[in-house]
Amino acid sequence: MTSYAPEELLASAIARLIGDAAHVAVGAASPIPASACELLRAQSGGRPRLSLMHQRKANPYTEGARELFDLAGQGRVDVFFLGGAQIDGAANINLVGTGAYPDVQARFPGSFGSAFMYFAAKRTILFREEHSRRVLVPQVDFVSAPGSSAPGIWRRGGPQALVTGKAVFSWQREKRRFRLESVHPGCSAAEVRENTGFDYDWTEIVPETTPPSAAELDLLRGPIAARIALNYPDFARRVWFR
Amino acid sequence: MSLPANETRFLQDADALAAAIPDGAFVALPPDYSLVAMEAVRALVRRGARNLRLLGVPQLGLCADLLIGAGCVDEIETSAVSLGEAGLAPRFTAAAQSGALKVKDATCPLVHGGLQAAEKGVPFMPSRGVIGSDLLRHRSDWRTIQNPLSQAADPIVVARAIEPDVALFHARWADRAGNVWIGRRRELATIAHASRSCYVTYEELRDGDMLEDELLAPGLVTSVYVTGVAPAPRGAWPLGVIDVYPIDDAHLAHYAKAARTPAGFERYLDDFVRPGRAAGLGDRAAHR
Repeated sequence: MTSYAPEELLASAIARLIGDAAHVAVGAASPIPASACELLRAQSGGRPRLSLMHQRKANPYTEGARELFDLAGQGRVDVFFLGGAQIDGAANINLVGTGAYPDVQARFPGSFGSAFMYFAAKRTILFREEHSRRVLVPQVDFVSAPGSSAPGIWRRGGPQALVTGKAVFSWQREKRRFRLESVHPGCSAAEVRENTGFDYDWTEIVPETTPPSAAELDLLRGPIAARIALNYPDFARRVWFR
Repeated sequence: MSLPANETRFLQDADALAAAIPDGAFVALPPDYSLVAMEAVRALVRRGARNLRLLGVPQLGLCADLLIGAGCVDEIETSAVSLGEAGLAPRFTAAAQSGALKVKDATCPLVHGGLQAAEKGVPFMPSRGVIGSDLLRHRSDWRTIQNPLSQAADPIVVARAIEPDVALFHARWADRAGNVWIGRRRELATIAHASRSCYVTYEELRDGDMLEDELLAPGLVTSVYVTGVAPAPRGAWPLGVIDVYPIDDAHLAHYAKAARTPAGFERYLDDFVRPGRAAGLGDRAAHR
């Protein structure tokens, strides 16, 4: 069996979740989603289009950073990625801080464009490597962006899935609940249960997340590592150029 | 709101430019991936600027962390403060957690929208999304209204126009007519258009008028918006200017580590920000 880095497993899992899409946008510091999208592009002759907000050379935006939000507002963004310092079982995300805002205990960077992109992108894949009760909480302390909206509130899209360092969950829109889809190799359903602070649906037999194939690893370690290094040099050094 | 048609002033250097930005000003700044006037930010620290309010367009990085750590800032309005791959912005995080810094949390499209409203001289800009976010509960300048053009119930958020006192950024070129070239970084044009005054440092001065060059003209902020310019070669360092010099990732990592403690931050200021430190200038040359 080929060995692989955890980041490579996550990139290949996210690539499968992106699946068929015309345009994927990546926001602040997200090298793993960017790698996932580059993997798809390498496998399918350049589809989907990838717009990297932080691209240093040949940045895709010519109207400034606001162009991402204008594109999403019009429906031209199929898939976007959001993280969360806290994520709860209703798919609400908190990027601001813990405690009783504005008197925060731990302060995080801030909401970025989440309060808009979570509504406007057709699908959002939630991604956070740390899988712990600290991150996956019963209820977020601050809602940067809500996982669902009442009828009558304009909303084009919402969460599709949650990917962590231990597992992949799908989002069930009607039930407003996550469902455990797979656990990563080396991890168990019991370990996921132990480290998740919210309730979710699961089946008796939970499949293992498919590891990256030899062909995927060749792409990730070759052309994709070189491309990712242009915009995420620390990440590329850590994962591929050790 | 009524804003002037400027006659651009040519200032001697970044310190003269920082002297023109008054204490208490509401200053709009670009994110680290755009063109940040880092030398002017260092000059603001050197002159001991106080009570500034910063606007992140739409987010902030190193420049805000330096100004916050140096005690120049009372309040920031921003979608986020981060050093990107180098991690959390340490002085921002400490000041926000201690309550020393007031943070007006925003989300990117409403920062852009508020500035676009000011560009047009209208009182607000509507935006989709945001309803259900706790941001809305803490922003008295954002409201949810019924879409006035819809018969059906259709709530929509509006954000009040944002009118900064000062737009501050760096440019690849200025010319003798007072135009500055920012290329594709059009968020800088938006803040220049929306602000009462606009100060720009530049890499190089070009002779003539860039408006006469059809290829350069679309990348300009024209002099009607520009209050003052000053030369600052490598003035965005340790951030980058596309095709001139890249972001100095090693220096950003060094800063992120140094600024974890107040003492480490003070040493950083001595080494890289405050004048007359021969050893520091040597270090700085080495970091370039």
